[in-house]
Parts: sequence; C-alpha cells; structure tokens
Amino acid sequence: MATLYDKIWDAHVVGQRDDGLSLLYIDRHLIHEVTSPQAFEGLRLAGRNPWRLDANLATPDHNIPTRNRRLGMAGIEDPIAKEQVVTLDDNCREFDIRQFELLDVRQGIVHVIGPEQGAVLPGMTVVCGDSHTSTHGALGTLAHGIGTSEVEHVLATQCLVQQKSRNMRVEITGSLNQGVYAKDIILALIRAIGTAGATGHTIEYTGEAVRSLTMEGRMTVCNMSIEAGARAGLVAVDETTLGYVEGRPFAPSGARWQEAIEAWQDLKSDKDATFDSTVVLDANALAPQVSWGTNPQLVVGVDESIPDPATFEDEATAETAERALKYMDLRPGESLKDVPLDKVFIGSCTNARIEDLRAAASVAKGRRVSTNLEALVVPGSGLVKQQAENEGLDQVFIDAGFEWRDPGCSMCLAMNDDRLMPRERCASTSNRNFEGRQGHLGRTHLVSPATAAASAIAGHIADVREFLQ
Amino acid sequence: MSVNPLQFERHTGVVAPLDKANVDTDQIIPKQFLKSIKRTGFGENLFDAWRFEDEGTIGKPLSERQPVRDFVLNDSRYADASILLARENFACGSSREHAVWALLQAGFRCVIAPSFADIFYNNSFNNGLLPVQLTHAEVDELFARATQRQPIELSVDLGEQAVTGGDNLDYRFEIDPVRKNRMLKGLDEIGLTLEHADDIKAFETRHVKANPWLFDGDRA
Ligand code: SF4
Repeated sequence: MATLYDKIWDAHVVGQRDDGLSLLYIDRHLIHEVTSPQAFEGLRLAGRNPWRLDANLATPDHNIPTRNRRLGMAGIEDPIAKEQVVTLDDNCREFDIRQFELLDVRQGIVHVIGPEQGAVLPGMTVVCGDSHTSTHGALGTLAHGIGTSEVEHVLATQCLVQQKSRNMRVEITGSLNQGVYAKDIILALIRAIGTAGATGHTIEYTGEAVRSLTMEGRMTVCNMSIEAGARAGLVAVDETTLGYVEGRPFAPSGARWQEAIEAWQDLKSDKDATFDSTVVLDANALAPQVSWGTNPQLVVGVDESIPDPATFEDEATAETAERALKYMDLRPGESLKDVPLDKVFIGSCTNARIEDLRAAASVAKGRRVSTNLEALVVPGSGLVKQQAENEGLDQVFIDAGFEWRDPGCSMCLAMNDDRLMPRERCASTSNRNFEGRQGHLGRTHLVSPATAAASAIAGHIADVREFLQ
Repeated sequence: MSVNPLQFERHTGVVAPLDKANVDTDQIIPKQFLKSIKRTGFGENLFDAWRFEDEGTIGKPLSERQPVRDFVLNDSRYADASILLARENFACGSSREHAVWALLQAGFRCVIAPSFADIFYNNSFNNGLLPVQLTHAEVDELFARATQRQPIELSVDLGEQAVTGGDNLDYRFEIDPVRKNRMLKGLDEIGLTLEHADDIKAFETRHVKANPWLFDGDRA
C-alpha cells in the first residue's frame, strides 16, 4: 500500500524521532562551485571530515564561461567567478572528493552529468545544493535540492534531517501531439496548479504520456517539479529506466547489474497506494506552451492571447500577473507571436540533453535565424557536446546562424557573461522566468527546445507545429 | 558576552511591509552576488534589483548607486526594521542559502508570511532566521497596520509561539517542536546528528547488504 516515495523514504530512514522528523541517509551528493564553498569552510572550521567520500561527485557549472573552454581557468575572465571555480578545485583536492574539472570532457551541468554517468541510480536518495536536483527523480530516485548548511550537513554526516512530505500523483493521460514535448507538459501542469501547487509534496508522475516519454523527457518534467513548489518529483522504474542506466560508467555491471535490476523491480507505487492529492492532465489537449509572465505559472498555449489579470480569481496571482505584465511590457489580449525577440537560449538542466538538441536541430535544419536576434546553443555537458558534434548537429546550428558553445548553466541564470541586456526579450528553454533571472531587467519566455528553435527563425515566439509539416 | 547567532528566543523590532506574493530568492539576492565564496557581505545587496535603479555588482559602493524611490526598504521609516512582512509563497525558486544570509545581514531576524517555500524555510532554521507563518487574514491585518504612517513594532516570542504588538495585536503560530527547541537553544544541527554516528554506521551496514552496488566504490 506504499507509494514509490514511501518506499524510497522507508529504505533510507536511519532513525525516526517521535515528532515525525527523520534522519535520512543520502546515497549521492552532487556538488558545484556556487553553493559549496561556505559548506567546505564550515567543515574546516569545525575540524570535520566528509563521512563517505565516494558518495560525492563535483563539477563546476554555474559560473563558468561558455567560450574558450580549452583555455581552462585562464579562460575565466571574471576574477570573482574564477576564484569560486578555483576554490572548488582546492576543496575537492583537500577533501579528496571526485571532481570532473573544467577541462574534463565529462564536466557539465550537475543535473545532466549525474544521470549521464550512471552516478544516479534507481532507488537512491540524491541531493545537491541546487533546487533542480528534482531532475534525478526521473530515474526513480528521491532527489531534492538543499541549502548550503545542508550541503555541509550531508558532507559531515551522510544524512539529512527531514520531514516526510505528502504524496501527490500527477497523471498525464493520452499522448502528445506533434510539436508538443515534455517541457510543454510541465509548463501546462504548473499553469494548472500554480507555483505553490505542490508545496510540501513529492510528486509522482504517472499515466500513459509519462510512460511513453524517454528518460530525457522524464528528466525535463521532474526538473521543473520545484517550479510547482514540490521539492521532488518521481517516475516509477520501468524498462525505459533500465535501458537508460545499463552500461553507464558508474552503473553496476555483470552479476551486480542482475542483482540491482531485481531489487529495482519494486520501485513503483503499489496498486492500492493512497495519495494525498491527484491531478490529471490530458496530453492530447496540449499545444506548445509559452510563459508570458515572471513566474512559471503565467503560461499560455502558443495560440492563446495573454489573459487579463482582472479575470484571475486569486487575488495574489492577479497582483503578481499585473506586476509581470508591466515588467514584461505586455498587454492583455496581445499575442506573443506579435512580439519580437532579441535572443534565444537553448540550454540548461531542463533542456540541454542530446534529444533536446536533436529536436531543436530538426527545426533549424536548412533554415536561418532571424537577422534581428542572437541565438545560443549551450550543451548540458561535454559528452552531450561531443555526441552532438558526432551527429553533425553543431554544423546544423552553425549553418542556421546559432552560436555553438561550451557546456555550463550559461544564460539559465546568467552568472557568467551570457545574459540579456536590460529590456531584452528571450525565448529560453530554461526553467525560470523570474525578474532579472537571465540578466538585469531581462524578459524571459520559457519554451521547449523545438519552440525555441522555431522562434529563433521566426524572430518572435512561433508555433513550432507550422515548422514540422 | 558572545551571542549565538543560531539562537532565537524573543525578538522585538520594527516591521517592514513588503506587499508582494511569490517573492523569489532571485529577487532576495540576485545571482551576481552568489559569486562570493564567503558567508558574509550579502546584506547590502538584499533585494538589489528592487532597491536600486542601476545594476549592482559585488563591491560596487552603495554611495555610487541610485536607489529606487518607492521601494519599501528604501523608506527611512523602515531603516531599522528587523521583521519582514510578506505575502504568500515567500522565497520560492532557487535553493540559495545566500537569501537567508542576506536577510540576516541586512538586520532581519524574522519573516512573517502566510506561507513559505520549503527549501528557504529549512535554510532559515539553519541560520537563526525565524520564519513565522500566520493566516492570510492575520497577515492582511498586519499589512493594514504596518503600512500606516507610523511603522509598527512587533514582538515575536518563539517559546510562546506568539506575535504581539501595540494595539491588541496578538497571534499564535504553529511550529515544529524540534525546530523550535533547536532554535531556542541555538543548537548546531550537524553536532546533533553526529551524536547518532553509531546509528548511521549501523544503517550503512544494513544498506550495503541490501544494495551492494551502491557501495562498490565508483567504477568510473
Ligand atoms: S542550468 Fe540553471 S537551473 Fe539548472 S543547475 Fe544550472 S543554473 Fe540551476
């Protein structure tokens, strides 16, 4: 009668306290340069050592440039950014933690490299000082973001003090139409339930449409669970999961693999498991989705016009929407297809895996990026980049007028020099459209990679379905 | 006497009303300040993009900057505020603990809102910032009072789980008893967990037996 979440949770409880808080064991800890320096410093100050070295895996991603990678550290012009990356190197060396360094082909966005390496396995508990750790739930793991104090806590104890969350089931029925992708599912879901719709819950994504998604598609969906307020999102383990994990560098092999897949058979919710709430969404009814506001709830189908905040029932949402329209320089009733774009960004832990690049390239192939905008493709990892180059996707993008960059978070959060200038408007495959997220006063429209590519060519938000006929 | 920054018993201070819902951590402390490897120095860039017309960077002196006139934290009446009042889903988005550090270093000890995002809520307790959850109606009432000409002062008593102030303001709030106790005493969570080191080791022994592939040493 247990949900998948209940099962993984129960298998990791070290101790339970009367008050409901538990000490939860953590199998995998991913580390990057931005949220770890203060945690390592804390260890040092307290004279503590990491509890279990091989549970940790580090890589720089947030703060690194996406040009001149071959120069290594010398290619980082911003001295403060460089200090942070050097500090990660130093800390990993001092504490003997495995790192894929800047020049390692396996370097990339933490949430891309974890699954790519098989460093995240079904049934694990996974944490990282980054809210999009929810991505890894796609593999049937319990994965969530933590703050820096918790990074230090996990380093020192291999545990977290946790309160169990409630169970939410999100069922995506039907199948996706052409031109509609995993990204559109999750945007539509957040539109439906709101940015706090799943606060306090772990979501399990179920239903025919989720079953039919590839692992990478499931990662895109789980990735944005946090945008719906859930710390974690999960998908049950099935053949798709096993097919993805098998043969990856950190994954078990031989007899161990057989043992593992046997144990993983149970990584699904029991038939009669009860959920605290259920949401059902019909994939057949979905058009490509576009965000128009400054949080990922303010979304419309590409055919719809921008709604009037006055029609919103909830006062807080209406107030947020008013503010968003002003910030985005948009008006109710307007169509996003009429608003010119300045930039297009294809990248981030939501949408920078090989299938994302393939989807974008299939739209871009033989076409030209509109002359009034700049378009950027930033692969999620060195290996994704390599794979794309092997398939000739880099050339498709370059021929179409996209820039082809080195892996990292890039313009998802614009900590490096890839960013929007004030009032610039961008179609982006990332996950957050908050004010200034992609650059001071920048304006972000969240879309799928295919929609991003179509929009780059059109020069404004475009309906990718018209490009696929 | 040295003060334990993790400890919170009772606090009285001026309330700054930030009348916005869904305030995200990107606003509380914009990303360019996350490049710091230190735990301090974030206070002056709290809500940087809302507080200043120009774009802030690490180390840019405040005297050279152009404040946004009508932003609440630039209002001299709230210059000494130490309690932030906000609307629902406060501090959603990024997990950056820098948001909590920035609030504390700007002088805030407590945030009152109808609801908080999960990660921020946790982070707050790990740093001695008290998030107080009141009902929508109570927060509405507080906004009505706090936005009048004369700023209001509130007392937040963690032991009593009470928020009280001037004109018959008196509310109770719920809080998890363990977190409450930890904060009242200012206990270090890691130290507390390490008291269970034997339990963790025993767990690992069971866990490796059931899932040996997790402990094979990494193959890559
Ligand atoms: S790509 Fe964006 S969301 Fe993902 S880890 Fe990097 S900064 Fe965070």
